Amino acid sequence: MKIRTAIATTLLLAIALPTFADTAAPTPPPPPRRGLGGFGGGPFPMQDGEAIYKGVCQGCHMPDAKGAVGAGMYPALVKNENLETAGYPVGVIVKGQKAMPPLGPYFTDVQVANVANYVRSHFGNKYKDKVKPEDVKLMR
Amino acid sequence: MTDQPIAPSRRSLLSMIGGVAGSAAMYHAMTEMGYADESTFKGPVKLSPPPAGTSVLILGAGVAGMVAAMELRDAGYKVQVLEYNGRPGGRNWTLYGGDTYTELGGFTQKVGFDPGQYINPGPWRLPYHHQGILHYVNRLGVALEPFTQVNFNAYVHSTNAYGGKPQRYRQVQADFHGHVAELLAKTTKQGALDQSVSKQDREMLMVALQNWGALNGNYEYGKSIETSLRRGFDVDPGGGLNSMPVPSEPRAMSDVVQSGLWAAIGASCNYEMQSAIFQPKGGMGMIGKAFGAALGPLIQYNAKVIEIKQDEKGVTATYIDSRTGGEKRTASADWCVCTIPASILTQIPMNVAAPMKNAINQLSYSAALKVGLQFKRRFWEQDDHIYGGITYTNQPNGTISYPMWDYFSKGKGVVLGAYTFGQAAYLAAAKSPEDRIQDALEYGSKIHPQYRQEFDAGVAVAWHRVPWTLGCAGAWTEPARAVHYDNLCALDGRIVLAGEHASRIPAWQEGAVTSSIDAITRLHQRVMSA
Repeated sequence: MKIRTAIATTLLLAIALPTFADTAAPTPPPPPRRGLGGFGGGPFPMQDGEAIYKGVCQGCHMPDAKGAVGAGMYPALVKNENLETAGYPVGVIVKGQKAMPPLGPYFTDVQVANVANYVRSHFGNKYKDKVKPEDVKLMR
Repeated sequence: MTDQPIAPSRRSLLSMIGGVAGSAAMYHAMTEMGYADESTFKGPVKLSPPPAGTSVLILGAGVAGMVAAMELRDAGYKVQVLEYNGRPGGRNWTLYGGDTYTELGGFTQKVGFDPGQYINPGPWRLPYHHQGILHYVNRLGVALEPFTQVNFNAYVHSTNAYGGKPQRYRQVQADFHGHVAELLAKTTKQGALDQSVSKQDREMLMVALQNWGALNGNYEYGKSIETSLRRGFDVDPGGGLNSMPVPSEPRAMSDVVQSGLWAAIGASCNYEMQSAIFQPKGGMGMIGKAFGAALGPLIQYNAKVIEIKQDEKGVTATYIDSRTGGEKRTASADWCVCTIPASILTQIPMNVAAPMKNAINQLSYSAALKVGLQFKRRFWEQDDHIYGGITYTNQPNGTISYPMWDYFSKGKGVVLGAYTFGQAAYLAAAKSPEDRIQDALEYGSKIHPQYRQEFDAGVAVAWHRVPWTLGCAGAWTEPARAVHYDNLCALDGRIVLAGEHASRIPAWQEGAVTSSIDAITRLHQRVMSA
């Protein structure tokens, strides 16, 4: 696990530069820092849809995408009919939903599109239409 | 020192100071951990006796639930607690050698630590001003010991500074303060502050800067006995012959600034990181255990709540065995204090009105990771002379903390090898526990080369995989708080929520305690006015 951006992000944020050049919103206040590292925001390092799934999403949805059950549950993405509408996973990823945290700040539009397309074409899901980065931008 | 144009460097200096001073203030803007209001604890709860037979069902035997159970029981309520886990405490939790922990996905870790060795996957410190949790710690007779937040001999480390060689905290702090003091003194002398600072204040300021930064008679920060008394010597003074100290050479201003290591200095200025801080002897989980012992059979363990229903007469929770499933059972009472995390509660059918429902539904839980590493010997003490405290690094493990008990022991010791939030914690949650441990070893060995040789056993807890929380703590944003917080806390019919998520001290046990006391106080007023 290499986070090439970690220290660069630390320094950038410390002098209150915008985190994301492409956001239209006013510059947010710098995120808090209690140390040098380990608190990072900013886009995840991987780009490919499969790499994003394995690097991030499977933390909750699990390597086999079957979800998990404890006191609460993480939904399975296997043959998940909610994925039929491409906007659904994009919205959930960017804005969050219930226990699912809003991950928009951690992803670029391209990354969201890539991972949404990966999930919609794997784990028994066979949706042909593709999410484009522009679709993600509209969701933010 | 040569005189250089001051204006530009002063400008960048001030922005830099803002960055550091602001890192304390930054905590207030922290969306994942909330902001740090002072505790509202006002001393022990005093509830008048309720009408005979009045009952309260409490969901969750974490700190909030058990505070509610204890106080309501003592006031005369009939109390029952349902708890998902087979132990009391919730996130007040310690993993000891011999424990087994299975996270979501079925990944099971057998903690290979020696007896008495442990890691606190959740909360690990008790600030002196968290008088609520400290009240219960004392009431329950849990023994405390000091928690060392700042250790001047621990390291601050960046892969991008000084060739990746870790620096001692005291050196970074002394050099940063010294250079800032020198610059400000120079600026003051040159009259740049004349308009904003009176002559009398300037004179006093010069004395203060000299004092604060260990500046010499010319207001310069450089190699000297005085500065070495801050940053340490190359050779310490000693006794007898050949005992002359050899002062150390401060790092150059530009190196200090560019290193970024000053970020670690401000980190410990936060109100919640200020001395004195305590930890329970034997692990944070001692508090939960003591609560559990005090409540005894009032707590029904291994109870997974699957529905909560209220009507004009009372509240009924339906639950199943959290291990085996099986038949549905119910528990009923006149009132309910629900401390189930919002991340779980959002999935449990519960007939409350839209304001509370919406407040529950919008609250996700933050990512956090802790990795405990047992080493065969306490090399950080024996080789590096680091006794407790925290090392900071820009690597994804973020934090290395040394055990603050059993100092100078010849035996093994457990280091907190990673403590992270945000991106690093999300990435870690997607890995197997073994890989998280390997990562912590890889990063840690950049600071402590002894790591590989001395490693013995590890355990890794990624909070999004914790079956009973689905995350570390309620990840409030201030805009969300403005809309939903009061609705989350308000009584809905016969149900009131409590926990760190219903507090303005999120992720801290003090938030759970003060939330619980507030909730039961309002509930009691409602009971008495009915």
